[in-house]
Amino acid sequence: MSTIEERVKKIVSEQLGVKEEEITNASSFVDDLGADSLDTVELVMALEEEFETEIPDEEAEKITTVQEAIDYVVSHQ
Amino acid sequence: MSIEGKVALVTGASRGIGRATAYALGKMGAIVVGTATSESGAQNITEGLAEQGYQGKGYVLNVTSQESVDSVVKAITEEFGAPLIVVNNAGITQDNLLMRMKEDEWDSVIDTNLKSVYRVAKATMRGMTKARWGRIVNISSVVATMGNMGQSNYAAAKAGMEGFTRAMAREVASRNITVNAVAPGFIATDMTHALPEEQHKALLTQIPLARLGQPEEIANAVAFLASEGASYITGETLQVNGGMNMR
Repeated sequence: MSTIEERVKKIVSEQLGVKEEEITNASSFVDDLGADSLDTVELVMALEEEFETEIPDEEAEKITTVQEAIDYVVSHQ
Repeated sequence: MSIEGKVALVTGASRGIGRATAYALGKMGAIVVGTATSESGAQNITEGLAEQGYQGKGYVLNVTSQESVDSVVKAITEEFGAPLIVVNNAGITQDNLLMRMKEDEWDSVIDTNLKSVYRVAKATMRGMTKARWGRIVNISSVVATMGNMGQSNYAAAKAGMEGFTRAMAREVASRNITVNAVAPGFIATDMTHALPEEQHKALLTQIPLARLGQPEEIANAVAFLASEGASYITGETLQVNGGMNMR
């Protein structure tokens, strides 16, 4: 079973088309990984599917880095 | 990439333009899901598709309910796969001169003809973005640009739909999803059959081709926009009206 961190990075990699080794916890989706607004919406939807949770819009807006995504998932397990 | 084997959702497919469109997409090898508001309508769609030898079936859908839209899209996705071709065709008229138009006549036309497009597009978008391929074709009307007496609600809904088409086309273009509209003129369907005789006659004088269009003539345009051949067309409204609205 992969850790939450691994699962989040895998989704980010698939969704944004970047290699997993290029993704660090501090990576910003928009500034470092080249995501546009539609990418970030899709990313949040992919996280919702993977972790079977619903992320409200106001929470989703705050998820801008890989670490913030991991933190959100951990605190809403 | 042909549309063969792709799932196509056509709302309001029990008769008229919707049915002709369902058959045109079926002929191109798509798996067609047509929707109707009643159980018997859905049954007719299922039987009609089977008679023509096309894959697919009818579903009951209420386009004015997000809950209904979501559950039908989920059911289609489980049974056939995510719909990658969506034709927003379901529509009604509640004509009245503005001074006599009741609020519920306004609201029901806006809800069924315009807000439905928001509901269905939103529910099917995830499947298309995942597939990195999609086609949305919204069935507008010549009335959207020409206007028509007694149809302020209908004209507003259809013009709104064309604006929606352009905005959405920009939003999802990067995912290889095209969003277009087809604006039929006066087509021989139950909807135009309801027009009074004098209005019917007066109409024909406005149409250079001097006849009503057939549902199949709209379906052909929709099928083209849904096809791979139309891959570089997005945000466009294709006028199919016998020349009555040349610009």
